[in-house]
Amino acid sequence: MTYRWDWSVLVSEPYLGWLLAGLGWTLLVAGAAWVLALAVGVTIGVLRTLPNRAARTFGTAYVETFRNIPLLLQLFVWYFVLPELLPAPIGNWIKRDLPLPEYWTAVIGLGLFTAARVAEQTRAGIQAIGRGQAMAAAASGLTLTQSYRYILLPIAARNVLPPLTSEFLNVVKNSSLALTIGLLELTGQSRQIESATFHGIEAFTAATLTYVVLTTVVIVALRAIERLVAIPGLMARA
Amino acid sequence: MSDFDPDLLSAVAPFLWDGLLTSFGLLLLAMAGGGLLGTLLAVMRIAGPRPIAALAAGYVNGLRSVPLIMVIFWFYLLVPLVIGRPIGAFTSALVAFVIFEAAYYAEIIRAGIQSVPKQQLAAALASGLGPLQAYRFVILPQAVRKMLPILLSQSIALFQDTSLVYVVGLHDFMTAVSVTANREGHLVEFYLFAVVIYFTLCFAASQSIQFLNRQPVSP
Repeated sequence: MTYRWDWSVLVSEPYLGWLLAGLGWTLLVAGAAWVLALAVGVTIGVLRTLPNRAARTFGTAYVETFRNIPLLLQLFVWYFVLPELLPAPIGNWIKRDLPLPEYWTAVIGLGLFTAARVAEQTRAGIQAIGRGQAMAAAASGLTLTQSYRYILLPIAARNVLPPLTSEFLNVVKNSSLALTIGLLELTGQSRQIESATFHGIEAFTAATLTYVVLTTVVIVALRAIERLVAIPGLMARA
Repeated sequence: MSDFDPDLLSAVAPFLWDGLLTSFGLLLLAMAGGGLLGTLLAVMRIAGPRPIAALAAGYVNGLRSVPLIMVIFWFYLLVPLVIGRPIGAFTSALVAFVIFEAAYYAEIIRAGIQSVPKQQLAAALASGLGPLQAYRFVILPQAVRKMLPILLSQSIALFQDTSLVYVVGLHDFMTAVSVTANREGHLVEFYLFAVVIYFTLCFAASQSIQFLNRQPVSP
């Protein structure tokens, strides 16, 4: 089979615009999902380390549920199943009046899925501190809330920065699943260009290189943050 | 959703079962292929001369920065071009999974090998084993025990990822469920059914790994 090369397709309209729009959606989905994942994930991760058994059980149930179902299926459940199971007025509102339903479904689905992974990293980050710090905090008269606020979380936040970097990269990559519910982000747009022009190799190359650049930028930026907030004398690598 | 006929499930069961077998087929073949290629990459990166090691590192880092769906699309396009004739979605998806998973397995295997003390290799070489024999009989058996739980967890993730062949229309379990759900007009029931199946399989597997993890590592 012969393949007809034409790289100019990438800079001709409307295809360049498609790629840029795709990149925009990738960033918007990944960014919003990451905010949600951090908020929910840190909360669940803290719950899993609390002395309260009910809190720990709830945290474990959350993590096991969201980790053991494929992300694609989770997106379909949020998109196709949830509006049917909710009370009719809310379900109908989601189906008819919610602006950008694909976008918000992708953000919530990806955010809650990633939260389970962030929760595991947070829990590991807190447990890596060792019980001495928590005991010392309690002995010095801090309440449980205060010991998390002033002692445990500031240390744990630094512990989890490297694993959270790779989770953030996962969010960027997993945002490509949004194409399955009709949100044409970067991967979806490159597929669209392939169907429209039969120049798949060029389109996929453009999207792939964009992902590589995005990944590199994220890694460099987060390494810089790691160095900035490193606790002096704790880890050799700072 | 109230008019769901339970007989429907038994009517479509063979189709869904075929889908599940396709998912498992992809999983096992990708585990075998990805594991072999991943081991090769890990050894190249640890023991190879500098250019070879750099090549392996580039492969691993490159593939880990690209979404799996993108890789699936790439090979869906490339495999028929390279072979020169149309080929089924299964083969091109399998190639994509082997290539993609190898990058992830390679990192796990590399960490496992590097956790074996260096003196083990020196002792193996001193006792007259060749480098390949040293890896085959001394280093890898110890490394495998350490990395087995992580390799298995990665394989659960891989099993969940096989659902992504949905984007090229290969009838794995996920796609079979989706096709049936849309054809029969029962999205809610069929997607929830898929949730139950995937959750049961993955939860049972991850609990077994945790149990394995609590066993003593070596006699």
